[in-house]
Amino acid sequence: MDNVSISTDSTVYRSWLLWGDDMQTGWVFELNQTLVMTWLVMALVILFSFIVTRKLSSSTKISRGQNLLEVLVGGLNLQIREVSQQEPGKYLPFIGSMFIFILVANLIGYVPGLDSPTASLTTTTSFALLVMVAVPVYGIAKKGLFGYLKLYFEPYAFFAPLNIVSEIARTVALAVRLYGNILSGAAMAAIVLGLLPILFNYEYIQPLLYPFVMLPLSLLGLLSAIVQAYIFTVLSMVFIAAATEEDTGDDQISEDLEEALEAGKAKA
Amino acid sequence: MDAITLIGAVSVLAVGLCMGMGAIGPALGEGNAAAAAIRAMAQQPDESNNFFKTMLISMAMIESTAIYCLFICMLILFANPFWKHVTDVAAG
Repeated sequence: MDNVSISTDSTVYRSWLLWGDDMQTGWVFELNQTLVMTWLVMALVILFSFIVTRKLSSSTKISRGQNLLEVLVGGLNLQIREVSQQEPGKYLPFIGSMFIFILVANLIGYVPGLDSPTASLTTTTSFALLVMVAVPVYGIAKKGLFGYLKLYFEPYAFFAPLNIVSEIARTVALAVRLYGNILSGAAMAAIVLGLLPILFNYEYIQPLLYPFVMLPLSLLGLLSAIVQAYIFTVLSMVFIAAATEEDTGDDQISEDLEEALEAGKAKA
Repeated sequence: MDAITLIGAVSVLAVGLCMGMGAIGPALGEGNAAAAAIRAMAQQPDESNNFFKTMLISMAMIESTAIYCLFICMLILFANPFWKHVTDVAAG
């Protein structure tokens, strides 16, 4: 079971003492695997976008990269509009870059020798905290401070503690969900590979079995990597949309109903 | 039985129970969600794209309860605070 680890944080390449007397009590900056992988993903995403956006064209003949980015941005715009029922322009930079980063971070774990930064609770927690901060920021920008704070006292004033608890709980859930899903893919593969020598005690047959074991697990992992990136983005958009939606819900519907009823009466 | 043996045995048993019990609920829930989504898709094939998306989101949310169980199992297996305390005490 040595090949199963719960975090890539424990693989430290180098550490520096930032402040304090020694490594035990002071503040130490650790260059661990999670950090290196995060930088790698950032570099990949930024470099790809930079190279593609150098030669954009508005003619009918566009490069492959531009086509990919157009599909990505168009799809994200559509999803944000569907989820929030608002114009996506304001939310696209935050939601879109988060989606692209998490997608690349999830998928990079399937490249041999590399590990997903999202298979570490530190990365996913920082993203969940970003969402937790973004919700009030967007909410206050849209409805004003008191308009946003009023949401905590919905539907009744004594629901405020529950609303605050739910805010914290959903942040934790967001972080643990992404972490658990990505980790479980890697951990399952490691555990099954560790089981193989126990199940089949013939050394020459084991290499033949690897593809049959790893291929289905990897396919399932690839699917869940993409779905989880999508889920994380859609859920954050739902949270932001809940804080920013216009206060037209029930009143608008009942007004429409009354109008329809009166129209019906007039006809009769 | 000394404390180390007891904690080790109980941890392994707890992991098995936690994962097994924790998988039952989400499995039933996901089955219900899939059945409902397929029924809806059969009734309104035009909207099936929308149903599929909603099903995926709700399934991920249902599945997160199983993921919490996995998280706790991982915690017990690899970062058990009680185990750490007992081994620290034994090491002196």
